[in-house]
Amino acid sequence: MPILELKNVSKIYGSLKALNDINLSVNAGDWLSIMGPSGSGKTTMINIIGCMDTPSTGNVILDGVDISKESQSNLTRIRRDKIGLIFQQFHLINYLTAVENVMLAQYYHSMPDEQEALEALEKVGLKERAYHLPSQLSGGEQQRVCIARALINSPQILLGDEPTGNLDEENEKVVVDIFRRLHSEGVTIIIVTHDPEVGDVAQRKIILEHGRVIQDIDQRATFGEALKLKGA
Amino acid sequence: MANNNKRKMYLRLITRSLIRRASRLITAVLAIAIGATILSGLVTIYYDIPEQLGREFRSYGANLIIMPSGENGINENDINRVKNLIGREKIVGFAPYRYQTIKINEQPFLLAGTDLEQVKNNSPFWYIEGDWQNVMIGREVAEVLNLNLGDDFKIQGVKFGGQAEASNQNYSAEENKTRDFGSQYFSEKLNVKGIITTGGAEEGFIFADMKILNDLIEDNFKADVIECSIIANASELENLTQQISKAMPNLEPRAVRRLTQSQDIVLGKLEALVLLVTVIVLIITMISVYTTMTAMVAERKKEIALKKALGAENRLVMSELLGEGILLGFVGGALGVFLGYEFALRVSLNVFGRGINFQWALIPVTIIVFIAITVIASIMPVRKVMEIHPAIILKGE
Repeated sequence: MPILELKNVSKIYGSLKALNDINLSVNAGDWLSIMGPSGSGKTTMINIIGCMDTPSTGNVILDGVDISKESQSNLTRIRRDKIGLIFQQFHLINYLTAVENVMLAQYYHSMPDEQEALEALEKVGLKERAYHLPSQLSGGEQQRVCIARALINSPQILLGDEPTGNLDEENEKVVVDIFRRLHSEGVTIIIVTHDPEVGDVAQRKIILEHGRVIQDIDQRATFGEALKLKGA
Repeated sequence: MANNNKRKMYLRLITRSLIRRASRLITAVLAIAIGATILSGLVTIYYDIPEQLGREFRSYGANLIIMPSGENGINENDINRVKNLIGREKIVGFAPYRYQTIKINEQPFLLAGTDLEQVKNNSPFWYIEGDWQNVMIGREVAEVLNLNLGDDFKIQGVKFGGQAEASNQNYSAEENKTRDFGSQYFSEKLNVKGIITTGGAEEGFIFADMKILNDLIEDNFKADVIECSIIANASELENLTQQISKAMPNLEPRAVRRLTQSQDIVLGKLEALVLLVTVIVLIITMISVYTTMTAMVAERKKEIALKKALGAENRLVMSELLGEGILLGFVGGALGVFLGYEFALRVSLNVFGRGINFQWALIPVTIIVFIAITVIASIMPVRKVMEIHPAIILKGE
């Protein structure tokens, strides 16, 4: 049963087709990498999947519901309930501590619970740094806070836009290890990346070019091998 | 519990945002506090001006004259009742006068028996050579009789109820003099303690304590007129005269309109000026808050976009920003109340030479006004939240 389906999805800006008749199906628990050169439509696709944009044509079925024609307000609600977002720039609020940043997602979702937020930070190995401000954390630590924040409301899909794009190799491995663990716990992960090594870690990889899926690669045979070998 | 946690988080968000972004907080609070200082200071002065200027105007003489409506004078009971009707706290000066014709060197003069201390309260502008004490003579009297400070002079007159007889040319000077010393007459030597220069009719009078006069004429207290200096504007004075007339028909109170009307004109103009400045300050504060909030929203676009990406509804993000505005209004307003009092106090001390009363009601009023101003000025910038699209603002680089 797919948790996400894109059916003939196109996104058109004037004369530019950012996405051109995309068809894609992602099952619950899958780990998908989206790759492609700049301007290939990766960000547009992730914005549509993340309910931050709507397609010009086609349908997006998320958890059995067609969200392609939903209002902004409904998309906000769906995003809050079903999607966990991880950003390349981390986007932590600089005047809130790590734990408060995590609690923020709880606050908008249902109700803030400091204990739960601390547990989420513990899962990404940051409990000791819970009361530090983002400026007191390294890039890798900030990204882990971002992941804890994305996970705190138990989303159906964890959506990452270049989540390792701003990290050094060591932190990149830490973050990928976290994804690996989350995946083993059944979390659906969709990641946009430029990094072939990060892209290769996923079960499945699609390559976009000029708004079209030009390759859909099943990587289950080598799943989990990349980076793991490098890190060994 | 859930709501409580949400409320706590809301407060945490707005306080952290302000406290941990101290430079922005200081700028915004200063803008509001300056406005609140001027506003609360001006309002304090606005409320105190009538009293302050009222007191200043009281230096220009009595503003209420009370006379008996019939032949009888005003007795001590009447005086006490009048004082109660006026309200003792409003009385700056209250001088009863009893006039008695006397002779000095066979020349007629008017002796005014009064309460010199109260006369001083009524007319502090009188120029006095010597002291404000028994007995004082007008400059004109001093010149006619060639009297100087410390000189003695003898007064003669008819006691109360006595019959004055004019000097008769059929009698010799000696006989006339003898008649003036009969049992119906009094004679007393007085000493000049002060010489009064006013530029007015007072210069033709001799002023002595009412008791001295009553003792000389051997009569009880009785006033021919009372001159009062009262803290009141024209309409209050008008009401007071009606009240006295109604309660005491034996008296005829008259307001000195010339004084009270000019007092009201000056006060009216000053109050209008204060009101105008207040309105201008409020507008400037609003513009300042508007600019600050616009800058705040612009520089926090990413934060707002992130909150929206995390699932925050527009209204929730807007309520956070407005919450910050309310907090800024509260802190700035509270600060402004006390700074404003300090400002008003200094103005009052410099202009009027007096302290000023702290208006306690100004604390809630100023805070509420500045919270309202902040909220109103924030509405437009905060509505920009709706135009912020997370996908555009948060896109990777």
